[in-house]
Amino acid sequence: MTSDNEQKIAATLERLHGTQDLAGIEAIRVEALGKQGWLNQLMKTLGKMSPEERQVEGPRLQGMRTRISEALDERKATIEAAELERRLATEVLDLTLPAPEAPAGSVHPVSQVMDELAEIFADLGFSVATGPEIEDDWHNFTALNMAETHPARAMHDTFYFPESDAVTIPASSSEAVGEKRRMLLRTHTSPVQIRAMVEQGAPIRLIAPGRVYRSDSDATHTPMFHQIEGLVIDRDIHLGHLKWTLETFLKAFFEREDIVLRLRPSYFPFTEPSVEVDVGWRDVDGRRALGGDGDAPGHGWMELLGSGMVNARVIEFAGLDPQEWQGFAFGVGVDRLAMLKYGMDDLRAFFDGDQRWLAHYGFSPFDQPTLSGGVGARA
Amino acid sequence: MKFSLEWLSHFLETEASTAEIAAALNAVGHEVEGIEDPAQRLAGFRVAEVLTAAPHPDADKLQVLTVDSGDGQPLQVVCGAPNARAGMKGVLGLPGAVVPSNGMELRKSAIRGQESNGMMCSVRELELGDAHEGIIELPEDAPVGASFADYHAASPVFDVAITPNRPDCMGVMGIARDLAAAGLGTFKPVEVPAIEGGYDCPIEIRTEDPEGCPAFYGRVIRGVANGSSPDWMQRRLLAAGQRPISALVDCTNYLMLACGRPAHVYDLATLSGAMVARRARNGEQVEALNEKTYMLGDTMTVIADDSRVHDIAGIMGGAHSGASEGTTDVLLEIAYFDPERIGVTGRRLGLASDARTRFERGVDPAFLDDGLALLTDLIVTCCGGEPSNVVRAGAPPAKTKRVAFDPALTARLGGVEVAPDEQRRILEALDFAVAEDWQVTEPLRRHDIEGPADLVEEVVRIHGLDKVASVPLPRPANENGWGVARPTATPTQQLERKLRRAAAARGLNEAVTWSFLPTAQAEHFADGERLWVLDNPISEDMKAMRPSLLPGLLAAAARNADRGLSGSRLFEIGRRYFRGKDGASDERATLGVVLAGAKAPRGWSSGKAAPFDAYDAKAEALALLEAAGAPIANLMVMGEAGDQFHPGQSATLRLGPKNVLARFGALHPATLKAFDLEGAVMAVEIFLDAIPAKKGKPAFARRAYAPPALQAVTRDFAFLVPTALAAGDLLRAVGGADKQAIVGARVFDVFTGQGVPEGHKSLALEVTLQPGDKSFTDEEIKAICDKVIAAAAKLGAELRA
Repeated sequence: MTSDNEQKIAATLERLHGTQDLAGIEAIRVEALGKQGWLNQLMKTLGKMSPEERQVEGPRLQGMRTRISEALDERKATIEAAELERRLATEVLDLTLPAPEAPAGSVHPVSQVMDELAEIFADLGFSVATGPEIEDDWHNFTALNMAETHPARAMHDTFYFPESDAVTIPASSSEAVGEKRRMLLRTHTSPVQIRAMVEQGAPIRLIAPGRVYRSDSDATHTPMFHQIEGLVIDRDIHLGHLKWTLETFLKAFFEREDIVLRLRPSYFPFTEPSVEVDVGWRDVDGRRALGGDGDAPGHGWMELLGSGMVNARVIEFAGLDPQEWQGFAFGVGVDRLAMLKYGMDDLRAFFDGDQRWLAHYGFSPFDQPTLSGGVGARA
Repeated sequence: MKFSLEWLSHFLETEASTAEIAAALNAVGHEVEGIEDPAQRLAGFRVAEVLTAAPHPDADKLQVLTVDSGDGQPLQVVCGAPNARAGMKGVLGLPGAVVPSNGMELRKSAIRGQESNGMMCSVRELELGDAHEGIIELPEDAPVGASFADYHAASPVFDVAITPNRPDCMGVMGIARDLAAAGLGTFKPVEVPAIEGGYDCPIEIRTEDPEGCPAFYGRVIRGVANGSSPDWMQRRLLAAGQRPISALVDCTNYLMLACGRPAHVYDLATLSGAMVARRARNGEQVEALNEKTYMLGDTMTVIADDSRVHDIAGIMGGAHSGASEGTTDVLLEIAYFDPERIGVTGRRLGLASDARTRFERGVDPAFLDDGLALLTDLIVTCCGGEPSNVVRAGAPPAKTKRVAFDPALTARLGGVEVAPDEQRRILEALDFAVAEDWQVTEPLRRHDIEGPADLVEEVVRIHGLDKVASVPLPRPANENGWGVARPTATPTQQLERKLRRAAAARGLNEAVTWSFLPTAQAEHFADGERLWVLDNPISEDMKAMRPSLLPGLLAAAARNADRGLSGSRLFEIGRRYFRGKDGASDERATLGVVLAGAKAPRGWSSGKAAPFDAYDAKAEALALLEAAGAPIANLMVMGEAGDQFHPGQSATLRLGPKNVLARFGALHPATLKAFDLEGAVMAVEIFLDAIPAKKGKPAFARRAYAPPALQAVTRDFAFLVPTALAAGDLLRAVGGADKQAIVGARVFDVFTGQGVPEGHKSLALEVTLQPGDKSFTDEEIKAICDKVIAAAAKLGAELRA
């Protein structure tokens, strides 16, 4: 009987081995292990056996059952794996085909640089101020120590609005009542100095970025461009603080420790003393790159910004006492800073809206300038 | 302003090199824009004598010369010039010299088999003029072997920018004074000759406009010969960029460039009666030296005689009375004109001149007599003649300004310690009178000095701005001392920054477009507002300030289409310009978006390019409003986006019936036509100033929230509604049917066609119900569904069977 069973098992395993589908396996399982299956029938005979017999036959039959059921599982897994493999072989995608496109947006270099500057100056305690772009001539010129007949006014290439748009100072105002002020497009961000001093008083630390306008248009000038104004008014601010502030800001902005400044005396009606600031450059692959001493061989100086100690008359115009308050101001072109840092060479392209240019020179929205990560966005 | 080193050394005794002088000029505030050094360009060229000249054996037009270049050993040089001959002196370029005109380096060579050790040069090759017929012929006394640069007295030329506050440095003398003060040498003041007049001035001089012309001095010189000016003068004038004209004119130009003092010379024969400084009459005309005729007005000062105007005072002389070749008797004019008035007149006439530049910035009021004496001396030296006595009408301003100065201010304002003695030395070197008590009297020529800060500038610029050390700006302190930098951005700035990056993150490219537009475009978008229109635009395309951000973006999109780009997704954050209270400007922060061309290009999955539609615009509008912190759930979609939009495919987003936060949709075909745009174009404009600010103090903690423990239930409803019913209205009604239980309602199908009666559409909604702390019973769900159906029914919606 034993060898009979062993033969049955061998036959079952052999059939199992030849089975190629899950249905065949199921049939074999029913035949052997099903309710009416032969092995199940044999198991039922155990009840009639003597305890001694059962002690021998029980484990033997159980072992046979285990062998068959393990063989069934194994064969099933093999067939399932083969089937899965066959199915997957039919599910091939050509992954060289392009994925759905998500358009990449960009932040304009002018905005990016303004954010960078705001970040740097926030660390120095400068807040950001704004003012109107359509200004009156008092704020744009007179209060900045450029009287109506001042030659510097004529040098500003000002865009004017018609005389009929002039504002008349209302009777309620403490300033010159009834005075007519011609409206114009601000030629610099400096009128924000006046507005801030009038509105906030002193001490004051601010930057004022924004659009400015000059009726000038050629390869390097556009009738609209961007400036950033800096103003510090306090009790004991002097030229040395101005120099440090400019050095510190330029080093942080260009992320270079070797920025060297050359201060030259100059003239602006709204500052006294007035200082023009040159920055040393060196040649990098045929481009002038900021950094290094401008007097070193092969280097040079680039005029970058105008600055100075705020003229006492301007402080007075803004309603503060020049005996008590003094400070410095500077103005620098934002577009220019962007070009020097990020390597654009055509200012006019800034304002053209060419999608290709914007995508190339623009910045990822995730390049938010931070002090801890460095304010610059690497190429 | 340009001047040669040779001219400078007339006023400054110095051993300094060209580079040292340039550095000093920059350091004291006269920016060097260029240095031209002819000596460098002429290096390697020498005065040489031709000893022998013989025909070249193998070339008809060439000669073989032996030349003495001063080295003792005669050199053989092949030369093609017909005027080369034995005994003449010329200029020899030695091997290694670079020919200025073509940059070629000379080399020892053989020309047609004959050795040549250099080149005899023409005027043109050395860029000394245009003549190129033959080689330069030097006078017999030219020293053989001398460097030609030395012989020619070639001197470096500085080109400096003089700031408008320093008219006293619009002459070489003033620059020399500054350089001397800065320690570069010794200032040599001009020697003013004493001129004895031989007779009384035969012409009367008056000023009837003491305001415009407080002083008018003059004298006559009889018997001048107006030829060409001497070489030394021409050389200086040429170096300064001033073309020699005639001796008389050159003398006045020379005085102006040397001393910053403009003057005028009239041909006495053209004058009749007294010369009077007076106001011009309205409508009076004068032909100026530039051969243009100017219409004058009664605010302008002129110099006129009985018959006509001879000079637009301080700006330009008249064509009729200037010195000419045949002039024999002249009247010299040295006057003082009011700077402001000169400026106004010059601007009004649109007339620029070297004289105006100086007069409107202010010439030296103390230099009239000296200037007249110097000019007389120059003219008598160059042209001969007999000077008359001087006549003087009026007097120049003579009131000196005094400033009470505290030398400690230099450190306080200038940030650099300069010893009081050194400060005194500097001020005195610049001609300031410094009293014991530091009362400082400025020289009359320094119109720019107004107060102590100006004196600080004088001291610091001469002492050296490079000596100003950087001093850290104190870190802003709070009550607790030094700390982490505080936030400084205003809410508007934070909003703009956030929106900018949100828009870019949505795939939009930020553009910056002009603030000004062609008037027609601006008017198309004005919506009844009065525009700001420039009086003096740079072009008609940049005339009116934008009332909307869309025209600039549309123009950019049109340019992109013209370049063949398939689509544009542009945005801009900027201002729109309106009229505010009291005539001031009202500038409103705005975000504009334009979506043009293909939304997605043709791709392998769909095969077709997808165009943008109004829902894309809506998506941008809502996403950006949400980023801006606007209460999205409370927004109403309403009409009246504006005439610029497609009337059926545009809308406004409002908070309440009046407050329009944004408009969006497809643009009107007429708008697109105006911008030459093809296909549908979408636009969004978000009015940032209309977005309500968050109320109360900024807080960081969020409203308390725990995700519900129980799963939400969804139920679908299909409603038959009139075509005109807005889906948004149905959604709002359904959402409000049971505010406790219903947490969401969305449309998942919109259908018209078979099975839907005419005039109707089918809207299928999925409503989400969120149970609270225990699950809904079937009865509860049924009750909610009934409420939904009832709410929909109020809008005429009928549940489909």
